[in-house]
Amino acid sequence: MNASSEQILKDFDTYVSEEKKIEPKDWMPDAYRKTLVRQISQHAHSEIVGMLPEGAWITRAPSLKRKAILLAKVQDEAGHGLYLYSACETLGVERADLVDDLLSGKAKYSSIFNYPTPTWADIGAIGWLVDGAAIMNQVPLCRCSYGPYARAMVRVCREESFHQRQGYSIMMSLMEGTEAQRKMAQDALDRWWWPSLMMFGPSDKDSKHSAQSIAWKIKRFTNDELRQRMVDMTVPQAELIGLKMPDPDLKWNEEKGMHDFGEIDWEEFYDVIAGNGPCNAERLETRNKAHDDGAWVREAALAYADKKAKK
Amino acid sequence: MSNNNWPLWEVFIRSKQGLSHRHVGSLHAADAEMAIGNARDVYTRRQEGVGIWVVPASDITSSSPDDSEKLFDPANDKVYRHPTFFVLPKEVDHM
Amino acid sequence: MTNSQLTDILLRLGDDSLVLSQRLGEWCGHAPILEEDIALTNIALDLLGQTQSYLTLAGNLLSETKTDDELAFHRDATDFQNLLLLEQPNGHFGDTIARQFLFDIFSLLKVQHLASQSVNTDIAAIAAKAVKEIRYHVDHSSKWVVRLGDGTPESHDRIQKSINDLWKFTGEMFMCDESDNAGTQAGLLPDYTSMKIEWLSRVEDTLNEAGLTIPENVDMKSGGRRGQHTEHLSIMLEEMQVLPRLHPGANW
Repeated sequence: MNASSEQILKDFDTYVSEEKKIEPKDWMPDAYRKTLVRQISQHAHSEIVGMLPEGAWITRAPSLKRKAILLAKVQDEAGHGLYLYSACETLGVERADLVDDLLSGKAKYSSIFNYPTPTWADIGAIGWLVDGAAIMNQVPLCRCSYGPYARAMVRVCREESFHQRQGYSIMMSLMEGTEAQRKMAQDALDRWWWPSLMMFGPSDKDSKHSAQSIAWKIKRFTNDELRQRMVDMTVPQAELIGLKMPDPDLKWNEEKGMHDFGEIDWEEFYDVIAGNGPCNAERLETRNKAHDDGAWVREAALAYADKKAKK
Repeated sequence: MSNNNWPLWEVFIRSKQGLSHRHVGSLHAADAEMAIGNARDVYTRRQEGVGIWVVPASDITSSSPDDSEKLFDPANDKVYRHPTFFVLPKEVDHM
Repeated sequence: MTNSQLTDILLRLGDDSLVLSQRLGEWCGHAPILEEDIALTNIALDLLGQTQSYLTLAGNLLSETKTDDELAFHRDATDFQNLLLLEQPNGHFGDTIARQFLFDIFSLLKVQHLASQSVNTDIAAIAAKAVKEIRYHVDHSSKWVVRLGDGTPESHDRIQKSINDLWKFTGEMFMCDESDNAGTQAGLLPDYTSMKIEWLSRVEDTLNEAGLTIPENVDMKSGGRRGQHTEHLSIMLEEMQVLPRLHPGANW
């Protein structure tokens, strides 16, 4: 790299360090643009794939009110996907290409959505834990350096807190219910706790993207920092409604003022990321089918618009 | 439009009477009517809209950041355009 | 109009919107494009809100009061009074749009009348809100009928077949029994004969614009209003009602 391009990079780093925003047409390092495209599109894909495990319970929601709430929540997720694809497109990529990458298996999305939702309590657990973890990740991103992403995050965060509350409210109702309902809730927590903690990504020492992302304010806190916050926030919420955390090593550390918790099974994490999770294949198949089955519809709409334009 | 991809539209929402339309994001639609409908579904679910504009993204002309200096800097030293530039006696300062 | 007749009228309104909402909910995550996922779930949500309102009113009229949930989750198929049209499976997007369109036009005419009558102010209030939602539904489904009818040769053929296949269920919308007639006589419901004429005229307008035709010599099916349904309904209800049936008395 020659002296002047080194200077441009230094100027960019300084600019970002002063909490100033980068907007779509501004100059940005290639690596900055690439990282953003990867991060934002992964986030968008996660919202879209995330509609599936929850969407599966819309037809079986146990009351009209719960059905309406779940419909609204899943609708929000589609909307979040849209805001994020929209933010990503400002970086010079096309949504169609991003979607192709998702459908071909090339692009990643949050591994949490590769787990199944066998019971209604899973819907509660997802709202409480998965959306809870997402909020933890997303609130700091409202101040990220890239304008469109930050603004999309503000919109998303406004809508997301309803998601977590409705999930917790489901768990509360179950824990106040019959023995079968309480068992259902505890079982869901047992299955979703560790995967939720894995949502924050690998341990800091194993995370390859983190340092640069933090310098460029695309990431505001480290994986381990957020994970710790999640544990400390969730434990009292579980205790309040009588749920037991599935971690024998979990205990309050008076000295540090936070909870110590058990080791994460990283093998499972990497396995699921690599595509061997319980539902990886199914999720992609479903999205591919929707895309293929809908091709004639998308074509028709374009053909009609073309005809009208020519008139 | 042979590539089967719906074009991109930018969406502007007027959230309340008295306010102007603000850019909120973008979406894909095959035609303008669909774009309005989609914008309504995506961006006004929480009573955040009383009016919608949709514009094909390709129809928007934007200034280039490279031109920012010549477009915007000259305004910086014409401070007399701002009311605060003029120091007036206290008795008439409410102007 | 007796209580029992009014109950039938309300159950028909509630069951129509419930069954259709349930069908639309199945589309979540499977629509041809993300924007349409949002549009269809939006319509499902509107219909669900209407369901809750109508079924709550219906439940209050029963000798033993029932909630909207009790009516939705603890009645068997033979007690549901929805139109056969609405329990038909989603099929492909064109089938869903055709079903939606044919019902939306009918629903708009019916609910517009409900909103403007003063025989029952509870129903008028529900209808006043519902009318705005249904107008948007009509907009959405009509525009899609035209896009598909006048899109590509493939889309034209597909939606023409959808219309052809579903037409036999449209007659039922205008078949009146004792309860409907009592409603019309009381001024609560519109006159079904003139509603049918208006419905046909509007449907024809849109189909013409779409380059689509109405099939001829179709034998109309009915029975939904009498609790005589196609097999589709019991399968749908089995899925919908599974949890409350498995855990009687539980709160969710």
